[in-house]
Amino acid sequence: MASSPLVAPELTTLTVEGHTRSAFLVRATLAAGATYGALSATPFITKALAQDSMGDIDILNYALTLEYLEAEFYKLGLQQVKGLSGDEKKLAKEIRDNEDEHVDALIATVKKLGGDPVAKPKLDFGGAFGSRGVFLKTANSFEDLGVSAYNGAAPAIESTEVLGAAGSIVQVEARHAALIRLTRGKPPAPQAFDKAAEMESVLKKVTPLIKS
Amino acid sequence: MSDTALRELADDPSSRKRFFKMMGGAGAVSAVGVLLAACGDDDDDKSSGSSSSSTTSSEQDNKGDLAIVNYALTLEYLEAEFYKQVIASGEITDKATVEIAKKFGDTEQEHVDALKATATKLGGKPVAAPKTAFEDVISKGPKTILDTAATVENLGAAAYLGQAGRIKSKEILAAALAIHTVEARHAAALNQLVGRGFSGKALEGSVPDGAFAKPMDMDAVLKAVKPFIAS
Repeated sequence: MASSPLVAPELTTLTVEGHTRSAFLVRATLAAGATYGALSATPFITKALAQDSMGDIDILNYALTLEYLEAEFYKLGLQQVKGLSGDEKKLAKEIRDNEDEHVDALIATVKKLGGDPVAKPKLDFGGAFGSRGVFLKTANSFEDLGVSAYNGAAPAIESTEVLGAAGSIVQVEARHAALIRLTRGKPPAPQAFDKAAEMESVLKKVTPLIKS
Repeated sequence: MSDTALRELADDPSSRKRFFKMMGGAGAVSAVGVLLAACGDDDDDKSSGSSSSSTTSSEQDNKGDLAIVNYALTLEYLEAEFYKQVIASGEITDKATVEIAKKFGDTEQEHVDALKATATKLGGKPVAAPKTAFEDVISKGPKTILDTAATVENLGAAAYLGQAGRIKSKEILAAALAIHTVEARHAAALNQLVGRGFSGKALEGSVPDGAFAKPMDMDAVLKAVKPFIAS
């Protein structure tokens, strides 16, 4: 099971590119959460981390957890972040709406498969809304993380239909990632092959943000 | 899944000739063979005389995956060559845009190399690069060039998505997914750079289908790239 010393080192990769003051703030925020990360994980995450293999419903609930997180992040960001340009607000709204639709679709799919959709977690994004720069940097990290999470989980999906849905969503996540990166003046597609991340490492990264 | 275009290629000698040309001559006959096998249509197996009864399902899976890999390879050849010719033409003068075209072109070449290696690993023969016909687009200048690149990247992303559910090998699926999201990144960036909004007409926009990207099947994709292939 995840314990704090294991959780914290993973977080350094959540902040990408550079060691500016704002990057430091995000890292500090996440590290503070990490202290109690393992304790505050949702029952789903605790269960998921303990499991060896996941069925389609588990994978969908995993995706749903990440989509809840993204949707909430943009919703709160739009309310709290100061200094976003008109275009940046427009982009954040578009992404928020997309993530909301992903949440709804994943809930419906879990139900269709006879499962129970996980509840929306209580989230705390720490200092991520403190400035435009930190917000966009964190958004960048979430979108890249989302892409790697879907790409990592998709090959384990059994149902062709569910795989199609996951593919359809991850393509949109990749588009978000590129657009946020462009906004930050970063290369939209830094690698020729997007990384795939294992569920365990993804959940360990987001667990510090989840309060219950 | 409908594979009308492939069937048309098999039935219509003139379109078959074009496709053979696209697939690069010698390897072409077998390439169409595997593409048809990939359709998994029983009727086709009978009419094309492929010995489905004596073939194990894992061999069939392998053949199907190989056909998909070669299909993806053909699209990547087109993309890589397009960026190469665009840069060589000197039509694009904006430095930042040239940098992006170079980076994306290099990436497409990496996809080409990876897919060639994958086809070989599957025991197959990678298709040869198609003869391209980009002169028309390139001669029209930067706007047409970038609009075309933006549309073609959207097409590429839709093409990969269209195959995901048909790939049998988990390893190849993982590779295809890793490329798929990079095509999506290219597509979003280019559509943004040419000033299209999030969505507009089909294949236009940085998030053209809204929250859920739409897949395209082989016949629709092959039809869409036809103008870029020399006949």
